[in-house]
Amino acid sequence: MAEHQTIPPGDWDIVVIGGGNAALCAAITAAETGAKVLILEGAPETYRGGNSRHTRNFRCMHQGPLSVLTDTYGEDEYFDDLLLVTAGKTDEHLARMAIRTSEECLPWMEAHGVRFQPSLSGTLSLSRTNAFFLGGGKALVNAYYQCAEDLGITVIYRAQVRHIGMDDDGQATHVEVSVADGPVQEVRGRAFVLASGGFQSDIDWLTRAWGPAAANFLIRGTPYNRGVVLRDMLDQGCESVGDPTQCHAVAIDGRAPKYDGGIVTRLDCVPFSVVLNRDGQRFYDEGQDVWPKRYAIWGRLVAAQPDQVGYAIIDSKSIDLFMPSVFPPNKADTVEELAELMGLDPKVVAGTIAEFNAACRPGTFHPTELDGLATDGIEPPKTNWARPIDTPPFYGYQLRPGVTFTYLGLKVSDKARVQTADGPLKNVWAAGEIMAGSILGQGYLAGFGMTIGTVFGRIAGQEAAAHVA
Amino acid sequence: MSLDTTLDTNTEDLIAEARRQVEICNACRYCEGFCSVFPAMTRQKAFADGDITQLANLCHNCRGCYYSCQYTPPHEFALNLPAALAEVRQDSWERLVRPRRLARLFHTHGVALALGLVVGFALMFLAVSTMPPEDGEGFYAYLSHVAMVAIFLPAFVLPLVVAGVAVRDYWREIGAPRPAWRDFTVAMDRGARLKNLSGGQGQGCNFEREDRYTDARRWAHQAVMYGFLLCFASTSVATLMHYLLGMEAPYGPLALPKLLGVPGGILLTGGALWLAALKLRADPDLGAKRVWGGEMAFVLLLAFVAASGLALYWAGGTAALGTLLALHLGSVLVLFLLMPFTKMIHPMIRMAALVAEASQARRKAEGIGREPLAQT
Ligand SMILES: Cc1cc2nc3c(=O)[nH]c(=O)nc-3n(C[C@H](O)[C@H](O)[C@H](O)COP(=O)(O)OP(=O)(O)OC[C@H]3O[C@@H](n4cnc5c(N)ncnc54)[C@H](O)[C@@H]3O)c2cc1C
Ligand code: SF4
Ligand code: SF4
Repeated sequence: MAEHQTIPPGDWDIVVIGGGNAALCAAITAAETGAKVLILEGAPETYRGGNSRHTRNFRCMHQGPLSVLTDTYGEDEYFDDLLLVTAGKTDEHLARMAIRTSEECLPWMEAHGVRFQPSLSGTLSLSRTNAFFLGGGKALVNAYYQCAEDLGITVIYRAQVRHIGMDDDGQATHVEVSVADGPVQEVRGRAFVLASGGFQSDIDWLTRAWGPAAANFLIRGTPYNRGVVLRDMLDQGCESVGDPTQCHAVAIDGRAPKYDGGIVTRLDCVPFSVVLNRDGQRFYDEGQDVWPKRYAIWGRLVAAQPDQVGYAIIDSKSIDLFMPSVFPPNKADTVEELAELMGLDPKVVAGTIAEFNAACRPGTFHPTELDGLATDGIEPPKTNWARPIDTPPFYGYQLRPGVTFTYLGLKVSDKARVQTADGPLKNVWAAGEIMAGSILGQGYLAGFGMTIGTVFGRIAGQEAAAHVA
Repeated sequence: MSLDTTLDTNTEDLIAEARRQVEICNACRYCEGFCSVFPAMTRQKAFADGDITQLANLCHNCRGCYYSCQYTPPHEFALNLPAALAEVRQDSWERLVRPRRLARLFHTHGVALALGLVVGFALMFLAVSTMPPEDGEGFYAYLSHVAMVAIFLPAFVLPLVVAGVAVRDYWREIGAPRPAWRDFTVAMDRGARLKNLSGGQGQGCNFEREDRYTDARRWAHQAVMYGFLLCFASTSVATLMHYLLGMEAPYGPLALPKLLGVPGGILLTGGALWLAALKLRADPDLGAKRVWGGEMAFVLLLAFVAASGLALYWAGGTAALGTLLALHLGSVLVLFLLMPFTKMIHPMIRMAALVAEASQARRKAEGIGREPLAQT
């Protein structure tokens, strides 16, 4: 990896900002028309690919079996799924366009080196809706970088874009970029594609938006998505979409690294546990629904607790019922010892567990469906899978909110063109997380982030290429 | 011989590091489609030492899981599964073969192998000069058939016994269930096609071109494997012809031993040189770095055995035949004798690993064993 790469002089047709899925789809599409394309990726080569490198699948509409996808998944069903998670906070026109286009994305991805594999063991429920990448998102990103190289696209790593320069007619003229922490230089171009993700890695911004609690959040993906370009464009009068105060957060293992912990920090034990806060108290129904559906709410729940931390406690009956996480749980022969290990008050924890155990009722436990095995007489209740925590050894996991992405983004047209109050910018397009708020105003639909990036990345590439042709 | 179950600290460290990485992979599973290692891994949640040894011997070092891993260094999870498994695998070969000292010596040091070769040459020259046959044609004008058999039979059988014991100990260490016949056919098929070097979809591996797939290593390895088998068949056929039919060498160009031996020799020479060339281009940090030299020496030895064998065919009747014969037989002797102590052991343990995997996968499919864990 060249530490101090210099940007070759010359006039670029298209400057793409970012180096993840959306950026690469745009750059490749544009370069295939013959345009001269420059990719400015803020991360070093080893960490190239943003959050896209952490992904595992994309959600794809299909009329019949397609590649690794089974059965059919039609537009309306897909859209209904989206409506459900976003509670209506979506732009139907853009959403339906993304959904319809997703079908042609799969063969396009394959033609550009992406390989798919059957849904991973334990994820059979997704085999109809989501196509999994062989080797995950980093393999996808690698394939696209190979493609970019073969097409003669110039990629500069550690290229942090600070500002998009505009003239008085709303025409973007250049970007200001610092390569490898070097001096800021100006790079001129005729069209610009913004694909630099959200702002979740700027903890200060997150704290301003969410409140001081956000300082304790862990960031599941890349540390390089700090929203610099997003901020710059908003400051220059571009229109925004999405709730600026919200982010998508799930409960992850509290021992995960601050950034980039990715998929392996996921914890699936909640439905089988009792979840306590710092003070040793329960705070929410752990058995409300099957886990995939409830996965996302626990980020928020834990974020609302003192110190933004939770403790999931299970006993040996349940240890084999969920996917392993990357860190081994705390383990002890008594609840008190476990509490001690986890830094909780042993007496209080033992009391809470005893109270919970006393509220459990006999019945049939069924781990994979809502079994109605509920507690009786405690607040909050546990409405499914409520079995007493009584069989040593006992296990505990610390939970923290892990941020996946932020919702605030740039408003775009169906041609991916960035909007201002006075109409669209003439030569600036946006794709991926930076504009995803238009479609995903709330919640999250597994695999939809990559769909949005691929669909709008390709559109942005096409439109930008047509503009400079 | 009983199995030594206390592992030394180095082995423990290697297994512990591989286990650490395997547990991360098992929480991730993105690489499931590359090879047999991941499906085998996902059947479990906790990994005993023997499980790790088995995963290590299933791994063919295709490197797909390195180049597509989001956790490779400098990430703090520091994933380098091909290297971690290669270290355990290498250690298992050196540990399971007795005497261990010899195994370690020849696996690690290419120089030792080269010295062994020189000794082999010397022995054969000595044999040729001290035991000249009374009469005989072709090769047997230099060394009688009886003398050849007297040297090579034990040189072949003894190492085979040592290797057999190692395979048995391997089987015990991984605690594999009793295999069914089908498991052998599945394993043979996997091995014959080098399925685990195919990247899972036939696109090949990531051995020498980093994150780009190439099938070169699979082709080169196939040439070596089938070349070797052809050469072996050639020798076996010749032996049978000698004893059963009374047909003695030298054979004409259309006789079975030559029909098998010439293409076999060409495949083996070319394949081994190709493997050596690929190895020069591949990143040593993704394998068992410690044995790089030993492995290289071994591949070159294979190439030498095959090339010198081919040369014999052309040198028939010339003055060079005696010298060439000593060189060829010397290298064959070393290859055979050192079989358990060099990479030559890997086909046997690899087959055992493939059979064990076929058997465990089948048992899972038949519902013997655990349910897969649900992932959200
Ligand atoms: C752990 C995890 C798992 C996920 N799994 C899935 C999944 O399975 N399926 C799915 O659809 N979605 C998934 N997502 C969401 C998905 O990652 C995103 O929706 C998608 O990657 C967005 O793509 P993008 O190209 O817009 O952004 P990114 O891939 O994040 O790329 C942004 C790029 O911009 C660069 N950049 C940022 N700022 C600058 C700057 N100032 N100058 C230059 N470059 C800059 C970054 O370095 C990066 O390369 C997951 C997210 C996480 C965190
Ligand atoms: S090698 Fe990396 S990407 Fe592959 S399964 Fe393991 S952790 Fe996941
Ligand atoms: S190196 Fe290849 S064969 Fe080995 S575990 Fe990784 S993907 Fe499987």
